[in-house]
Amino acid sequence: MNRFSYARPSDVADAVREGRPGDVRYLAGGTNLVDLMKENVERPARIVDINRLPLHDIDDLPDGGLRLGALATNADTAWDKRVEERYPLLASAILAGASPQLRNAATNGGNLNQRTRCYYFYDTATPCNKREPGSGCGAIGGVNRIHAILGASAACIATHPSDMCVALAALDATVRVTGAQGERAIPIADYHRLPGAEPQWDNTLAPGELVTAIDLPNERFTEHYTYLKLRDRLSYAFALVSVAVAMRVEEGRITQARIALGGVAHKPWRVPNAESVLHGETPSQNAFLAAAHAITEGAHGHGENDFKVGLVRKAIVRALAQAAAGTPQSQTDKRVA
Amino acid sequence: MDTATLDTPADTYAITIGLTINGQQRRLPVEPWTTLLDLLREQEGLTGTKKGCDHGQCGACTVLIDGKRVNSCLTLAVSRDGADVRTVEGLAEGDRLHPLQQAFIDHDAFQCGYCTPGQLCSAVGLLAEGKAKSRDEVREMMSGNICRCGAYTNITDAVLEVLGEGSVK
Ligand SMILES: Cc1cc2nc3c(=O)[nH]c(=O)nc-3n(C[C@H](O)[C@H](O)[C@H](O)COP(=O)(O)OP(=O)(O)OC[C@H]3O[C@@H](n4cnc5c(N)ncnc54)[C@H](O)[C@@H]3O)c2cc1C
Ligand code: SF4
Ligand code: FES
Ligand code: FES
Repeated sequence: MNRFSYARPSDVADAVREGRPGDVRYLAGGTNLVDLMKENVERPARIVDINRLPLHDIDDLPDGGLRLGALATNADTAWDKRVEERYPLLASAILAGASPQLRNAATNGGNLNQRTRCYYFYDTATPCNKREPGSGCGAIGGVNRIHAILGASAACIATHPSDMCVALAALDATVRVTGAQGERAIPIADYHRLPGAEPQWDNTLAPGELVTAIDLPNERFTEHYTYLKLRDRLSYAFALVSVAVAMRVEEGRITQARIALGGVAHKPWRVPNAESVLHGETPSQNAFLAAAHAITEGAHGHGENDFKVGLVRKAIVRALAQAAAGTPQSQTDKRVA
Repeated sequence: MDTATLDTPADTYAITIGLTINGQQRRLPVEPWTTLLDLLREQEGLTGTKKGCDHGQCGACTVLIDGKRVNSCLTLAVSRDGADVRTVEGLAEGDRLHPLQQAFIDHDAFQCGYCTPGQLCSAVGLLAEGKAKSRDEVREMMSGNICRCGAYTNITDAVLEVLGEGSVK
C-alpha cells in the first residue's frame, strides 16, 4: 500500500473541503478502497476518513419515505425495522451480498461507489481503460465470464458489482450529494453511467463530491417483490446475474412492474419502456418471457459470458413469477422456487 | 470517542490512537496505512487472528469491533480510533473456555485450525446479532468464513448447540 496523508474531519463541510479534486479518496468502511490500495489500483495521496461525519442514521422523511445515511452500514440498513417492513426488496438484496462481516463494515455510500470486480482492472500488469485510460481493455477477447452483455462499449465491458444498487434502481431511490457547488439530488437511474469512451468514470459524481444519503420514496412494494441472485456458489460470491422486481397486482392484473438487472451492465439495468409490456397483463409465462426479451434486447456476450444472455432471461421469468405469486426468493434457503 | 479533527502530512510516521483490546486500554502509535490485522499481529503480538487472503475473501481475520464481527484485513486501524476490539485471545475467561470454544472441541469442528479463530469470532458475532436460528440460517450467516479443511458441518453443529436449537445429535 502506498503512503498517504490522512485527515479525519468531523463535519460535512470540512470533508468536502478536504475532498477537493486531486488524488484524494474518501474512506468509509474501507472494504473496497483498502482492497484496491493493496493491489496498487488505488494510490491516493490523501485519505479523508469520513467515519466521524454525522451520516450514520436512518430517518423517516416527512412524505413517508426513508433517508438512509451514507455511513449507515449495509447490515444496520438491511436489519432496520422500517427497511424490513417498508422496503423488504432492499433488505433482501443487501443480505444477498458479500458476507455478514463485510456488511458490518460496508456502508451505503461505499456500496454505491464500489468499483468493478473485472480481473484486469485489479491486475496492474494488464491493460485496462478504466484504470488507465487509453491503455486498452484486457477483458475484450480475454477472460470475461463476469462481464457485461448490455450497454458495454468498445472501450470497456465491465459490470457494476453491487446487489444493493439493483434494488435501489427498482425502488427509484435518489442519491443526495454535497460538493463544492452545494447539494444535489441525483435519481439512481442517472447516478451510475455506461462506459462509453470514458470508462474511468463509474458514475456522475463530480470529483470531490460526497454522498450524504440515499432517499427511498414513499412507495411500498411489500407484497409483490423479489431479489433473485445467481452466482457460482450459493453465498459470499458476486452475482453472475441478478434480478430485482417490484410489482403491483390489482384484481389479478399487473398494474406496475419494475425490473432491474445486476451483473449484466456497467450500471443496474432498467428499461422502463420494456416494463410497460406487462401493464394490464395477467401473470403468465408468456407475458414474462415477452418482458424478459424486451428488457434484454440487443444483449450479447463476449465469449466466456455468452451464457449470461440466456441465463438472465430465465432469471427474469423466474423472478417475475416469484413476485407475482408473492413468494420472494429466500436468501437463506437457496432453492429457487 | 475522539471526534477531534485530525490532519497529518504524508511523512508523519505514526498517529497515536486509543483502542481497548480484549479489555485492556491501549495507546498505540500506528502508521495510517496499517490494517487492524497487521496492528494486532505484528505490533501487539496477538497472532491468534489469522491472515488468510488479506482481501476480505476468507474471514480468517475476523475480529469483533464494538461487538460486531468485521474483517480486520480491510480495516485501517486509524479509522477505528477509540473502538473496543475483541480477538480470539479474549474469548476465554482465564482457563474457562468460551462455550463456542468448548463446542468446537466437542464437535471436532476443525482440522488444521487455521480458520478457527475467525470462525469463533464470527460465531460470537452471530450469537450477538440474534438473527440466525435454523441450520440454513447458521450456514448462510457463517458463510463469510471459509474452511479449506471443509469442517463446515461440524462447525454448524457447534454453533447450533450453543444457539440451543437442539438440532444436534
Ligand atoms: C470478498 C468480497 C465480496 C463481496 N461481495 C459482494 C456482493 O456479493 N455484493 C455486493 O453488492 N458487494 C459485495 N462486496 C462489496 C462490498 O459491498 C463493498 O466493498 C462495500 O459496499 C463498500 O463499502 P465501504 O463503506 O467499505 O466503502 P469503501 O471501501 O470505504 O469505499 C469504496 C469507494 O467509495 C467511495 N466512497 C465511500 N463512501 C463515500 C461517500 N459517502 N461519498 C463518496 N464516495 C464515497 C470511496 O472513496 C471508495 O472509492 C464484496 C466485497 C468483498 C471484499
Ligand atoms: S472491461 Fe473495463 S475494467 Fe475490465 S479491463 Fe476492460 S476497460 Fe478495464
Ligand atoms: S485475511 Fe481478511 S478475509 Fe481473508
Ligand atoms: S480447519 Fe483447516 S481451514 Fe478450517
